Amino acid sequence: MTDYSTETMQITNQFKCPKCGHIAEYPGRPNERVIVTCASCGTRGTITQPETVPSPQFTNGNAIEISHLKKMFGDFTAVDDVSFTVKRGEIFGLLGPNGAGKTTIIRMLCTLTSPTAGIATVAGFNVVKQNGKVRQHIGLVSEKMIMYDELTARENLKLFGNLYNIPKDALNQRIDELLQLVRMEKWADQRIKTFSTGMKQRINVIRALVNQPEILFLDEPTLGLDPQSTAEIRELTRRINIENRTTIILTTHIMGEADLLCKRIGIIDHGKIVALDTPANLKKIVSGTDVSAFEIEISNLNPRIMSSIQSLSSVKSLVQEDTTHLLIRANGGDAFDIIIDSLRKNGANVRMVKNLEPSLEDVFLHLTGREAREKVSENNVSAAGPGHGPRRRRASRRIR
Amino acid sequence: MGMKDVLRHSLWICWKDLLEFSRSKLRLVMLVLMPLFMMVMIGFIFPSASSISNTPIALANNDTGSLGASFVQQLEIINNKTGMMKLSTATNFDDIKTKLQNSEVNGGIIIPENFSSNILAGKQGEIIVVIDQSNPQMSVTIESVLSKTVAMMGEQMAIHNLNVTYNVSVTRASSMITPYNVQFKGIVPGAPNYFQFVAPGIIAMVVMMALMTGLPHAISYEKDIGTLDGMLAAPISRLSIILGKVMAQTIRGMIQGFIILLLAVVLFGVVIEGSILLVIALIILTVFSFVGLGILITSFTDKEETATMVMMTLMFPMMFLSGVFFPIQQMPWYMQDLAHILPLTYATTALRKVMVLGADVPAVGTEILILIGFGVILLAVAVPMFRRAMSK
Repeated sequence: MTDYSTETMQITNQFKCPKCGHIAEYPGRPNERVIVTCASCGTRGTITQPETVPSPQFTNGNAIEISHLKKMFGDFTAVDDVSFTVKRGEIFGLLGPNGAGKTTIIRMLCTLTSPTAGIATVAGFNVVKQNGKVRQHIGLVSEKMIMYDELTARENLKLFGNLYNIPKDALNQRIDELLQLVRMEKWADQRIKTFSTGMKQRINVIRALVNQPEILFLDEPTLGLDPQSTAEIRELTRRINIENRTTIILTTHIMGEADLLCKRIGIIDHGKIVALDTPANLKKIVSGTDVSAFEIEISNLNPRIMSSIQSLSSVKSLVQEDTTHLLIRANGGDAFDIIIDSLRKNGANVRMVKNLEPSLEDVFLHLTGREAREKVSENNVSAAGPGHGPRRRRASRRIR
Repeated sequence: MGMKDVLRHSLWICWKDLLEFSRSKLRLVMLVLMPLFMMVMIGFIFPSASSISNTPIALANNDTGSLGASFVQQLEIINNKTGMMKLSTATNFDDIKTKLQNSEVNGGIIIPENFSSNILAGKQGEIIVVIDQSNPQMSVTIESVLSKTVAMMGEQMAIHNLNVTYNVSVTRASSMITPYNVQFKGIVPGAPNYFQFVAPGIIAMVVMMALMTGLPHAISYEKDIGTLDGMLAAPISRLSIILGKVMAQTIRGMIQGFIILLLAVVLFGVVIEGSILLVIALIILTVFSFVGLGILITSFTDKEETATMVMMTLMFPMMFLSGVFFPIQQMPWYMQDLAHILPLTYATTALRKVMVLGADVPAVGTEILILIGFGVILLAVAVPMFRRAMSK
């Protein structure tokens, strides 16, 4: 990986001679003091090259490059030898159950925690050695909202804008634009504590955009939001990506969200990347195998019917969606026949059978041998990093 | 990153902290109430010898002769002038003991049966003072007040006897009996009260508390709710974060310090003898000497709860050992040694010297140097620790 840094960067700037007013260009490195002689009057003097905000260096069109990244918390390995790249301008999804290591990866890329081993570059800068430059180019929407409740929306944006050295007028304009983007102009001067969760999250997202980051990290951005706010945040994510060409790294445990938004998805489990591809290609992993999924509607569904299906060796998983609907995943080309035979034998009244397209859920099940939603609802205490809040349990009953 | 940027960012963080603080009405009220309660409490709960008045004392006159009665008469005359005691009669020691146990009286005086006969026989007349040792503060005070009163009455009796029996003039008689007369002359004009003693200490203590509790609390709280990540992910120096927080807490602590100063002057009649500018400079120096300690606690504790526990453990010994409430000289030598390694001791001493004694800069030079030393050493340890803690 190439290590770009401003220390070796050559810049040329115009300087005016204080004596004769002659303007000439002098080369140098940022912040360097150079002794120069005026070409027109011969006056010697010192000039200081300005400190420039280093422009991002997208090597091979990659916004993020990670190689053999590892993070240990004591004896626990939260991230285990992870390598991948994120292309400039794409929405990249990190999908996995809670405690898989998604947030830890994000925190390392945001320079909030340092890797135990391995290298990561963000916008071309090393997250450890050049963390200051990395911070110039990133925005973070963390799981915990980064906002002060007693301050108004505008004051929150103003604070962070000033931490990024944005000039006053430009910042005011930027704040107005961002508030318009999420249709919150009316609420700009209200304190955050008076907002609903959905409104808070909108401000939380635009707060991360105040410095116009090239790379935006969204860590579980729709967690705990109602369906309407969830849709709004997803739409906003897509807009930011399209309109500003912002590279977005999104973590989620919701398969549908990743499928909907991401160009490429890395599936992560136990700190390891188990698969990484486009959603379509990931689904091919499953369709290439003999796993099939059906939705079956049985009007007289009872425990005896269910246990008979469950006892079939080809059935991999069985989910009862409601009182009459079953979701079945099974192995083998003749799985369908076997299941239907078994249902008939047990006197099941089959009303409808639907062959389901493989979903990311199937991919996940195929790759990890377990369902993501199982981890979501039953194992919501993360082993590493900041805690994840309690989740609502899925309404459906599952039988194995 | 230049120092100018570090300072500018820290000012914004300070602005944010103060804005947050000012939005909470309860916190603003507490800002004024806390120092007020403290002054009132501390000023009135600690007794001193001169503050004794109308203390109930039981008097048992068991004398068979007449001299006991005249003793009581004289005692009443003296007491009417000073108003120290509220005398009541009792029959004997057991009666006084019961009254003490029932908290009806704070002490007792017994004139024994043989009082008159002893004096008439040319012996000393005995007076028994009954005290309650379970209340050490009160018994010590009563002991000293009553023994002084009795001694004084003895002297007057002797002078009277010399005057009457041997025709010695009253002046000569007093110089014969008490050849030495002690006069007290304080260096502080007027009569300083306990507030005068305690106000400088409370100012130093409140400033210390602001930094030792306020700072770790402010940072660990933001860590807990996750907002600290926003600042850590921004291209600002770690120094800006801690500096901004220190500024905000310092301003808060100073405001409280000045409220105390104001209350002390306006409500409690404290007179500032020294330069007010030097007082302010010393308060700022106190802040400087405690900043490092505050940052150190912040770096060691990851949660708000832990921070509070560590602070409480450190603060209480500091409060009581640093001469804020009790003079250090009263303590046993090992406690005095301990007090001398606490920065609060020097801050309190310096402030007291300036406020009460009107000392100038050279007079508190040692304290100033020690406070600067504490500040520099603690900061040199604390800042690298903080940087490390923030990048864990």
